Amino acid sequence: MKAYVRRARGRRMRVHELWDRYKGENHETALLLLILALLGVMAIVEPSALTMTFVGDIIRSGIVTLALALGLLLVIISGGMDVSFPAIAIFSGYATITVMNFFGVDGVLWPFLLASIMGLALGSLNALFVARYRMETLIASLGTQVIIRGVLLAFIGSVYISTLPAQLDTIGASSIMRLGNSPVNILVLPVIALAFLVSWMLRKTMFGRSIYAIGGDRESARRVGIRVPSVQVRIYLIAGALAGFAGMVHVVLSRHASPFELVGTELNVIAAVVIGGALDSGGRGSVKGTVYGVLLISLVQNSLVRLGVSSYWHVLVVGVVVLVGVAIQAQASSREARTTRILESMEASA
Amino acid sequence: MPLALQAKGVTKTYGGVKALTEVDIDVRAGEVLCLAGANGSGKSTLIKIISGVETADAGHIEMDGVDVGRPSVTDSIDLGIQVIYQDMSLFPNLTVAENIAMSARVKAGRKVVRVQDARATAERVVERLDLQLSLDEKVENISVADRQLVAICRALALDVKVLFMDEPTTALTWREIDSLSRVVEQLKADGVAIVFVSHKTEEVFMMSDRITVLRNGVVAKSGAASEFTPDSLIESLLGYLPSEERQLSALPADATTPALEVHDIGRHELFEGVSFEVGAGEIVGLTGLLGSGRSEIAEAIFGILPIDTGEIRVAGQAKPIGSVQAGIEAGIGYVPEDRLTQGVILEQSIESNLVAASLDKVSRRAGFLDSARMAHASQHAVETLGIKTDNPANPVSSLSGGNQQRVVLGKWMETEPSVLILNGPTVGVDAGSKAVILDILRRTAEQGTGILMISDDVPELVSVCHRVLFVRRGRMDGELEMDAVSPERIRERLDR
Repeated sequence: MKAYVRRARGRRMRVHELWDRYKGENHETALLLLILALLGVMAIVEPSALTMTFVGDIIRSGIVTLALALGLLLVIISGGMDVSFPAIAIFSGYATITVMNFFGVDGVLWPFLLASIMGLALGSLNALFVARYRMETLIASLGTQVIIRGVLLAFIGSVYISTLPAQLDTIGASSIMRLGNSPVNILVLPVIALAFLVSWMLRKTMFGRSIYAIGGDRESARRVGIRVPSVQVRIYLIAGALAGFAGMVHVVLSRHASPFELVGTELNVIAAVVIGGALDSGGRGSVKGTVYGVLLISLVQNSLVRLGVSSYWHVLVVGVVVLVGVAIQAQASSREARTTRILESMEASA
Repeated sequence: MPLALQAKGVTKTYGGVKALTEVDIDVRAGEVLCLAGANGSGKSTLIKIISGVETADAGHIEMDGVDVGRPSVTDSIDLGIQVIYQDMSLFPNLTVAENIAMSARVKAGRKVVRVQDARATAERVVERLDLQLSLDEKVENISVADRQLVAICRALALDVKVLFMDEPTTALTWREIDSLSRVVEQLKADGVAIVFVSHKTEEVFMMSDRITVLRNGVVAKSGAASEFTPDSLIESLLGYLPSEERQLSALPADATTPALEVHDIGRHELFEGVSFEVGAGEIVGLTGLLGSGRSEIAEAIFGILPIDTGEIRVAGQAKPIGSVQAGIEAGIGYVPEDRLTQGVILEQSIESNLVAASLDKVSRRAGFLDSARMAHASQHAVETLGIKTDNPANPVSSLSGGNQQRVVLGKWMETEPSVLILNGPTVGVDAGSKAVILDILRRTAEQGTGILMISDDVPELVSVCHRVLFVRRGRMDGELEMDAVSPERIRERLDR
């Protein structure tokens, strides 16, 4: 009996150690398990839904969220919050199409570049308020969000543009492969490339490490000689450019341009990033976690569609998922903060 | 020895209050200068000005005889000035290795960095100092003592010419202080100029060659350490000499119910089998090395940490476990270890802080606060505790460290507790405020409150405690009573 108990305890220890080793810096593995569990639930409730088409749909709806999430990730790691990115995205995407139509020009690469530059310019507004005037990041971005949207609707246009310039429209229709009945658009490639680039930047560049340092303790960062305002300016410029690019991806994928889209999807993107392990207190988060977060949100939404749940419920469900995800993350990190043992373990003392 | 650093005529004003007036200090290569001063004397401000974190209103800095004006943070790092800040200024979310390598990385100015390089930098420093640190652990997961070591390592990761240490030993045990002083010797031999700030008199004399005393923002005295005695040092930094003698408050004549009875309490992985009593009017010291569980036991009695086993009685009544509210209602007052982050709300007024734990005593029946009673209660506390303020409506942040500590004490005195638990009541407090605080404790005890004082400050334990209890690795480890309490015996037991 005793031996049995000891063996059971031994195994639990091993599972515990395995978990410690593979849980990932921001509990990415927990997230992956959650995704698998949800797929399992779907397999039981609606087995017919689990097709390659379903996977394709998830990827398709995740592309724009991921593109938006990458910029937001930088802001959140640095200890800030941004709600202006959807406004920047749709401004850049819609304005680029308007410019193209106005001059009657067409193209493939340069419209994406133009949208990114617009995003960068709009991001400089956030940079100005946050780095120069030291405004609370959330408040600053709430302000810029409204301004950017106002300028878009008042000066650029408020009409639905139903057809894109021909070459861009071709991109919107070209796929690299098909998963079931769902085509995987070619724009997946640049977004994945960006994800790798941002991940490399966060891990391997001084700029990336400075973002983590500022998120960990701003004053300490200043004291070791990190130029905090300069890092912040670059964060908001890059986040702006990424949002501009994401806006263009959204417009091209949806094959029309409407100034009323994207705004309102902040929560989905924030949810993806936060569930992916980036705590709102800053200093934490990774691209890997964010990718899982995006997949999870996308999976939840697509599952609801497959289950025939009304779209009004989607917002509610996403809200619940966010709160549960954040609560789990917060719990996990507070548990870790108290791991110092004083008493030797019972086995050692016995 | 050549002069390494000179600060000349440094003046700094914060909103009308002069923090520093025409301060001159100098430190030579290969010597340890102790920068001594009471709380609020301007030491930290001076260090921040030299390191570029704050900018002086007037004055300038000279390095190796060259005028460098008023340096920025990066200037001062480039000049070879490193500071170990009192708050350590680490990055809790990054690994030990990355923390140690951070300033070196910033200075190197490379765009692309490699994990291996950070590790190599960290390994070099840790080896040089002969320390045991797990480099891949995140700083938030290591002990306070280890964090202090990480902060020291980070400062030494660069070629340092002048090293400032702002109370580097507050979180260290004897053994670690010992290894720190070996590091200091080694740095001296390498020609590093060291400026050392400490409130512990013994340490000052153990470490320093020269002493410069700041009082109210001016240099009060400066000279070789041999020109000072412990008493003359304290006198020159306070302007008078407080008494630190063993002086016990009178115990109640007739035996009454103990103020606090702790029966065999335990908590998973932290402590077990902890039993003791604190009599009414008795001051009991609870001591042990850092990480022995002494703080956790205190937190468990108050209710911050739930206990798994055992029973706690306050004035004879069993206390419900596991909530702070229950602790307050049972009549326990708790003054936490980190007074700045846990004990007071810095932006709020002195008055609101003083009544924060006794709101029921200053409110009317319907639960609305009675401003007249609040003013009366806080005025009473300001007077009895000698809090230096011209207006209790000012925020607590306007007070010096010692006075903030008095506010925390006052907050719990207002609740008229049966037991007052103090965790490191005088950590980071200067000798003058310390004597006042200890005196307040004696007076409180004489009114019948039982006091449990968690502390590793030996002179302080000897000065006020009727009994001293020892904790080791989460278990009780004997006690000293009345006449047996002496500095030698306490140290002997702690070092065992």
